Amino acid sequence: MDLYEYQARDLFEKHTVPVLQGAVATTADQAHDAAAKMGGKVVVKAQVKVGGRGKAGGVKLAVDANDAKEKAGAILGMDIKGHTVHKVMIAQAAPIASEYYVSILLDRSNRTFLVMASVAGGMDIEEVARTAPEKLAKVPVNAVDGISLAKAKEIVAQAQFPADVADQVAEVLVKLWETFQSEDATLVEVNPLVKTEDGRVVALDGKITLDDNADFRQPDHEALVDHDTANALEAAAKEKGLNYVKLDNGQVGIIGNGAGLVMSTLDVVAYAGEKFGGMRPANFLDIGGGASAQVMADGLSIILGDPDVKSVFVNVFGGITACDAVANGIVQALDLLGPKATKPIVVRLDGNNVLEGRAILNAAKHPLVEQAETMDGAASRAAELAAK
Amino acid sequence: MSIFINSSSKIIVQGMTGSEGTKHTRRMLASGSKVVGGVTPGKGGQVVDIDGTSLPVFNTVAEAIAATGANVSVVFVPPKFAKAAVIDAIDAKMPLVVVITEGIPVHDSAYFYAYSLQKGTTQIVGPNCPGLISPEQSNVGIIPADITKRGPIGLVSKSGTLTYQMMYELRDIGFSTAVGIGGDPVIGTTHIDCLRAFQDDPDTTAIVMIGEIGGDAEERAAAFIAEYVKKPVVGYVAGFTAPEGKTMGHAGAIVSGSSGTAQAKKDALEAAGVKVGQTPSETAQLMRDILGR
Repeated sequence: MDLYEYQARDLFEKHTVPVLQGAVATTADQAHDAAAKMGGKVVVKAQVKVGGRGKAGGVKLAVDANDAKEKAGAILGMDIKGHTVHKVMIAQAAPIASEYYVSILLDRSNRTFLVMASVAGGMDIEEVARTAPEKLAKVPVNAVDGISLAKAKEIVAQAQFPADVADQVAEVLVKLWETFQSEDATLVEVNPLVKTEDGRVVALDGKITLDDNADFRQPDHEALVDHDTANALEAAAKEKGLNYVKLDNGQVGIIGNGAGLVMSTLDVVAYAGEKFGGMRPANFLDIGGGASAQVMADGLSIILGDPDVKSVFVNVFGGITACDAVANGIVQALDLLGPKATKPIVVRLDGNNVLEGRAILNAAKHPLVEQAETMDGAASRAAELAAK
Repeated sequence: MSIFINSSSKIIVQGMTGSEGTKHTRRMLASGSKVVGGVTPGKGGQVVDIDGTSLPVFNTVAEAIAATGANVSVVFVPPKFAKAAVIDAIDAKMPLVVVITEGIPVHDSAYFYAYSLQKGTTQIVGPNCPGLISPEQSNVGIIPADITKRGPIGLVSKSGTLTYQMMYELRDIGFSTAVGIGGDPVIGTTHIDCLRAFQDDPDTTAIVMIGEIGGDAEERAAAFIAEYVKKPVVGYVAGFTAPEGKTMGHAGAIVSGSSGTAQAKKDALEAAGVKVGQTPSETAQLMRDILGR
């Protein structure tokens, strides 16, 4: 889960990373009150989970509370790269002397954590990495050892931070590691980390990505979930514990077991759909290994509730679960759904007890269900039905 | 021969007394694997009867090794306790630890992977994987043993069900070993580790490699194939239609920016001389063409 800037700021504050005052507002009046409380100049910043908001006009300096109200009114509701602005952050303004960059992230390629630090902050760090790689220090951090103060000092020296801020930046790195580790983050980024004119080092803007797998030991993270922007079908699926992702411009609903097989099913449908006017998969839905009748019914009802869906492809490989159990699940699911099931369903079963499974579906003779023997054949038939 | 496991592998099951652990211990035993005991902290001394096989339960992996001579551990422990279980196995110098558990926080898997490197005596497979099987010899994990038989093909895949699908497509030919390495961002054994082992295994004639979007493991594997692998390799990559920024089920399956796309992986593999199929069936056909069967 990616956090908003204001949520990242709050987590930094919790772990005593130095930050400026900040408050979130969803209306211009709230922005006014927050700015009045802070006093002085403030920055009004659009809260969107996409880069480039400054260039898009989503960040404005306000001289006082009334100005902040006006600026917030202009920014709220703005569209930034397809993201509507629902919230702004009111942040204390500070005179900046220098801008730096630091981040801690999961480095998948090397199966370790990585610290990146640069004195050339404030701009697009990918640009720095490309044009002046010597200005970006990249230091692997072992998950067992973490970032001690000594390690932090090494990193600061390698990135060539000036002597007057070196100790402060090293302390910030240690606290960012604490944030990264204790919040189960996969990314903690501060850009820019600034030196103010009075010589303090402060995290001015931050990004945090949290690991959903750690939710069981991070009870506070539930409150950070942004329910407003979730797709309605995705929200309904999540409530049922289903692994569902809605896809744009699709007509064929997909249900399968196992993430890899479902991803492959999407591809095979898009491939087959080229012959039928460009039919595409409408969603990703992995019902997992079990595929019980109830899970199948939940999955089918989500997919049949998607107005984009014209046909459904159920693609199951019976590994641990036998195909006869899956077939019974489909029959029972259709009984549970009754008249709510209205779209043609192509089923492809393979693997364990496949003949028994196919026989059960044949015997049920459900008018919406037809079977195909191969994955490619089923994908083609589902695309053909969607195009009708 | 085979890679990583064979008929002399002696297996202990961490989390054997839990429902998943018991269910899959039964399946492993039924497929002829030598399961010799289990580990559940606090339940040491118990004996569990599974379909007529009496299996001792130990408190720690070290005790289990001392009593049984086990050289493989398979972990079914829930995510909350998985880190402690894997560290217990590493401390006991267990040579091979196969972590089936899905949903382990990446800070925990990064930790136990780093810890295994420091100790230098344990190879980890997974986490979030179906395990591995050398048909008719040994089955460690949850791959169904009855899909196919022993044969000349080596298979390595991030995905469980695509592993089963490919084994099924080529079931008449058979496999030396099929390894599900898992779809998490940090895994202990990579495509490259398996490719090297298959190249060095005299019983493997040709290799199927299945990848998916996210990360750069397939690109790295392609570079390794060009440099080291002389046996024919066919490939398949899932996730061409996956949109940027959405996680597709596996925690690692996410395209960020231009990196990790299916097309980039396919291009890299083809540049290394790997024939890449458009669908699983087409990939299986490419393997048949190579083997002339």
